[in-house]
Amino acid sequence: MKELFKLFITFAKVGCFTFGGGYAMLPLLQKEVVEKNNWATTEELMDYFAIGQCTPGIIAVNTSTFIGYKRKGVIGGIAATLGMVFPSIVIITIIAGFIRSFADFEIVGHALNGIKAGVCALILDAVIKLIKKSIIDTYTFVLFVAVFFIALLTDITTVILIVASGFLGVVISYIKSHINSGKGAA
Amino acid sequence: MLLYLKLFYEFAKTGLFAIGGGLATLPFLYEMSSATGWFTTHDISNMIAVSESTPGPIGINMSTYVGFQTTYTYFGIAGGILGGITATLSLVLPSIIVIELVSKILNKFKESRIVQEIFYGLRPASTALVAASGMGIAKAAFLIENTAAIAVNYKSLILGILIFVFYKLFKLHPIVYIAAAAVIGIIFKF
Repeated sequence: MKELFKLFITFAKVGCFTFGGGYAMLPLLQKEVVEKNNWATTEELMDYFAIGQCTPGIIAVNTSTFIGYKRKGVIGGIAATLGMVFPSIVIITIIAGFIRSFADFEIVGHALNGIKAGVCALILDAVIKLIKKSIIDTYTFVLFVAVFFIALLTDITTVILIVASGFLGVVISYIKSHINSGKGAA
Repeated sequence: MLLYLKLFYEFAKTGLFAIGGGLATLPFLYEMSSATGWFTTHDISNMIAVSESTPGPIGINMSTYVGFQTTYTYFGIAGGILGGITATLSLVLPSIIVIELVSKILNKFKESRIVQEIFYGLRPASTALVAASGMGIAKAAFLIENTAAIAVNYKSLILGILIFVFYKLFKLHPIVYIAAAAVIGIIFKF
């Protein structure tokens, strides 16, 4: 019960400070989930993000469910996800009900522009941490560069990129093992 | 009551078929707008503005907003609150079910060689997608795009660099830096 509550509170905290899409919550997840609570490793976080992008639903929710489930099973997944959406429900309800012109306030725009710059810095740090764990040889480096530019310059959907990368992972591993065994024979 | 059932249906459908980030829900909202008449496309742009300027994942914010807006007109504040909750929970329900199933299967085959090989390819791709989306945010934060030319927003760029350096030096909670960035943005009118 205590851990369920902790899952809820932790993800509510993450939801409360995520500005933008699911990616913007990565630095917070790294801090709360990986470093502070040891609920998952950086590698697992990457896996959840990858799978979360090719399964139904938005990434933020998918990632919360993954981590909650890992800790406490079905109920854990529900607790984490409800925690994630809780701040949104409260804040948006207040705004939709009482302060509809919220987005037009000048002060909100200034704060957001500051936050955007800050979030960029935090994401850069998060990406460096991910790179250290995911780019482990030449193949993974090439895959990283290729996916990065395809995602940046084309309209190919992420689902296709993810599925293709998983497939390539298997193919590359196959080639690698054959090169190695070839060397072994020679 | 019927309206709430319809909300549940529309948002569960969105949650089941919208794949990817929160903005993946957008096409579904446009479709919902023309199919149900609950809100106009003009309302959608308002919702995006609010969702982007408030904490929380955009997809969640939009569903709460739409759920509230749709039911508020007929049932007042209490009805609106219930509508917001209904829409949001309906959106996340398919995710919860699917991800719990995927987790269950994944746990079973986690150690298998082929799953390990798939993740070997997925991880650099996942990292690249985060990096690419970071570039998108960076473009919005650090560039000023006019119709005539593109200029660098030096104020934002300096803030970004400072926050990165301070984050590396003092490993405080990311929340501290986000809050500081907001305050600096307000004080210096970013």
